[in-house]
Parts: sequence; structure tokens; C-alpha cells
Amino acid sequence: MKTFIFLYFTCVLTAVSQLYQEPTLEESIQRGGEIYANFCVSCHLEKGEGVEGAFPPLAKSDYLAQNREASIRGVKFGQQGELVVNGQTYNGIMAPMGLEDEEIADVMNYILNSWGNHSDRMVRIEEVTAIEK
Amino acid sequence: MKNSVLVLSLFVVMLYTSCAQDAKNQIDTPSKTPFTAELLIDELQIPWGMAFLPDDSMLVTEKTGSLIHFEKGKKTMIEGVPEVYNRGQGGLLDIELHPDYENNGWIYMTYSSKEGKEKGGNTALIRTQLKDNSLVNSELLYKATPNTTKGQHFGSRIAFDNEGYLYFSVGDRGNRDVNPQDINKDCGKVYRLLDDGSIPKDNPFVGKKGAKTAIFSYGHRNPQGLVKHPKTGVIWNHEHGPRGGDELNIVKKGANYGWPVITYGINYSGTSITDKTAMEGMEQPVHYWVPSIAPSGMSFVTSDNYGDYKDNLLVGSLVFQYLERLVLEGGKVVKREKLLPGLGRVRDVKEGPDGLIYVAVEGKGIYKLVPKS
Repeated sequence: MKTFIFLYFTCVLTAVSQLYQEPTLEESIQRGGEIYANFCVSCHLEKGEGVEGAFPPLAKSDYLAQNREASIRGVKFGQQGELVVNGQTYNGIMAPMGLEDEEIADVMNYILNSWGNHSDRMVRIEEVTAIEK
Repeated sequence: MKNSVLVLSLFVVMLYTSCAQDAKNQIDTPSKTPFTAELLIDELQIPWGMAFLPDDSMLVTEKTGSLIHFEKGKKTMIEGVPEVYNRGQGGLLDIELHPDYENNGWIYMTYSSKEGKEKGGNTALIRTQLKDNSLVNSELLYKATPNTTKGQHFGSRIAFDNEGYLYFSVGDRGNRDVNPQDINKDCGKVYRLLDDGSIPKDNPFVGKKGAKTAIFSYGHRNPQGLVKHPKTGVIWNHEHGPRGGDELNIVKKGANYGWPVITYGINYSGTSITDKTAMEGMEQPVHYWVPSIAPSGMSFVTSDNYGDYKDNLLVGSLVFQYLERLVLEGGKVVKREKLLPGLGRVRDVKEGPDGLIYVAVEGKGIYKLVPKS
């Protein structure tokens, strides 16, 4: 009987956690891919390679890997001025895209897990919301 | 002797290859230019459009939604600007004065608007008047539908011809397979209206059931350059292609510019959109750019201030961050030049009433090209 109760609660707990789980990373990445194709691709290009001298690469970008918060802030509020990415200095401007915090989390998850990039920590909405100008 | 023969033959080969190259995609960087660029208005974010008022002051739109009046070195924010849908490429876009501005005071502006039931936004055109640092008597003349939350391709530029028609452009709003080829739908079009927003009776699709009768031409992707040819009075446009395939076109009544059925560009991913670059019943561009320069803003040079630049076309490049000079002969581009390399993302270029060229650069401001004496 004890085993049964234990199993029963385990099942219930699993079901509850499944139902109430936050959106998975995989789903976020998928939505982020659509956001990327909509808002980012015309400058940063399909494989995140960017344009030499104009738009910094996102693929295997050391800046992105080392400056998570600043990267999110850049997407959220726009970015201007000098930026060194993989040894190259860029001095451009990126307009704020007017994305919702959820969309920013999604597109960041897409970027952080594409083209050879990898992040162990998922970007969540709260993290984006907390970042201020 | 042997050496000179070698050099000579090498020279011949070089001459041959340089002649054989398609002039279309060749661009020169001149060592000397007949002007120096002087920063006239500083500290602007994304100056999108410019207009020159008769009192020598200027109006500048900022994409984020502010309108700046620049007079005698001083910036004043104008009140009463419509709320913009600031998402992706949307925002406060072009500004243009009525050809008879001195008498009627009408100012025309395009912007991305949330007006309407659906979520998102689409491009709108208003006319308005400036009084005591505020926009008054604003009238909505056109609003493209439906709204969408997509971030791409709002256009937009405004131009007047010599016959009192007003033209403006709207991009395909990121829905290329639905909008540009359908004249019953907005987006991916150049529109023609009368100055009060009414639809001219001789517009090409008037009387056609279901058609958006404000449409003048269709099959466009994202036109961010629209200007009247100073001699012929005909409207020219340029538009962003996808990866490659930016186009310079002469805008003809009722014509189809082919997007996305024909194009010289490919998808950003490198896959093809169509294998066709030409088709019966679709217009060919005057010029196309591969790779894309991402053209924005355009002006013909009509003054003698810059020597042989007269009658040339100037086009801003967002991606390569320079001002492009196009020399035209017999309706074709015969020479391209890269001016002001590295200046920044050139968003707009206009010849002022003083015959000088003004260049709007993102993150910097407005430059005046001062002729060298």
C-alpha cells in the first residue's frame, strides 16, 4: 500500500509539473527563430554571420558569450557606439525593435543556441523584464 | 625587352578584363570629391526624413516618433505628432512639403500606425500643418490594411510630380506571397492620390472590382526611395531586394515590378526565391544591385554646385554605410561611385532649395555637402 501511495503521488506530481512547466527551451528557441527571421536576419543574416565592418556576427561571438546582460539590453533598448566582437571593432547603431519581453527571451534563446553558440542557462522573461536602460 | 613585352601583354589582359566586367556591379571610390561633409545637425538617432521650409529651417523625422524643427542651430521638438507603432522597421518615416507649401502650409508624413481593429500596425499617410511648434489640422489620408505584428517593410517615401499628384510607397509588410502581386490588397505598392487624399479618376485600377484604387504600381518589395525626375517629371523609385536584387525603377502607371515572381535576389538563407529574373508583363529595373547596398533615400542633383554631378542620382546605402553616386546615360547606369565611405548608415539624401546636398546618417545626424571652391 505504501508503495502504491508513493507511486500515486509521484505520478500526480509529475503530471502537475508537466502541466505547469514553464515553456521549454526548445519551444522558446523555435519561436525565437521566427522572431529572428522577422526582425534580425536582414542585418545579421541567416547564419548569424553579420556583415563585415557593419553588423557584428552573432555566430560564435565572444561579445555575446561574455556579455549576456548587455546583449539583452541591446535588443531591448537598442545599441549605439563602439563594440568589439571577435577582435573587430564595430561602431554602429541598432534601433530598438519594439519586441515584447517574451519575444526578446525567445530570440535570445534562439541566438544563444544556434550556429555553434551554446548556453546552459535559458533566458527567461523575468530576466529580460529586470533589465533596465 | 622581354620584360616590356610581358608588361605590355599583362596590360592588354588587364584592359580586356576591366572592359569585360559588367559595369553594373563595379564601384569606384574617387580620390577627390568636389565637396566636404560638414555636420549640420548633430546627435540624432535615426533621422528618417527631411524637409526644407521656406524660411531656411528644416524638419527632421526621427524613427522613434519625434519631429524636430531645426532653426538657426537650435532643435525644437514639435508637438502633436501622431503616435507611431514603433516595431521593427516601423516608426515615423518620411516627410514632404506640398509643392505649394508657401500658400497652403500642408506637410505630408508617413508612419507606421496602430489604427484599426487588428493587432499590429501598417503604414499610414497624413497631411498636417505646423503652427506654434505643433502639428494642427492633421488629416489621415490613407492607412494600409490589415495590421500585422511583423516588423518588416513599411516603406515608405513620399513624392509629388508636376501635375499635382502625390505618390507614396508601402512595402510588402513581410508577407511577400500574399500582398505584392494582389491589387485587391495593400502593401508592396506605390500609391497615387490627389493632395487631399482623394483617389484620382484616372488611376490605373479605378473601376476594377475589388481593387485598391489608390494603387499606381505593384509588385514592389520595400521601396524607401521615391523621387521626381527633375527633367522628365516622372517618378523613380528604388527598393530593397532580399539578399541581392535591390532595384532602381521608373514607376509606370499600372505596372507590375515583379516581386516575388521575378527578382535578381535570393533568400537570406541562400536558397532561391524564383529562377526567373524576367517575365512578360513585368518591368525590368533601370539598375539592380548585387550584393544589396540596402538603399534608402534618393535625390537627383540639379544644381551646378558639384561640377559633373549634375543630373546624377545619389542614393544612401545602409549596409555599406556610404553615399552612392550613379551616373546615368540613356536611361542606364554607366558609372557608380562610393562617396563618403564609412560615414555611417545613410538613411536619407536630399537636395535642398539652396542647391546643396543634405545627408541623414543614423547615429550621427545631418551632414551638409559644402562645395569646395
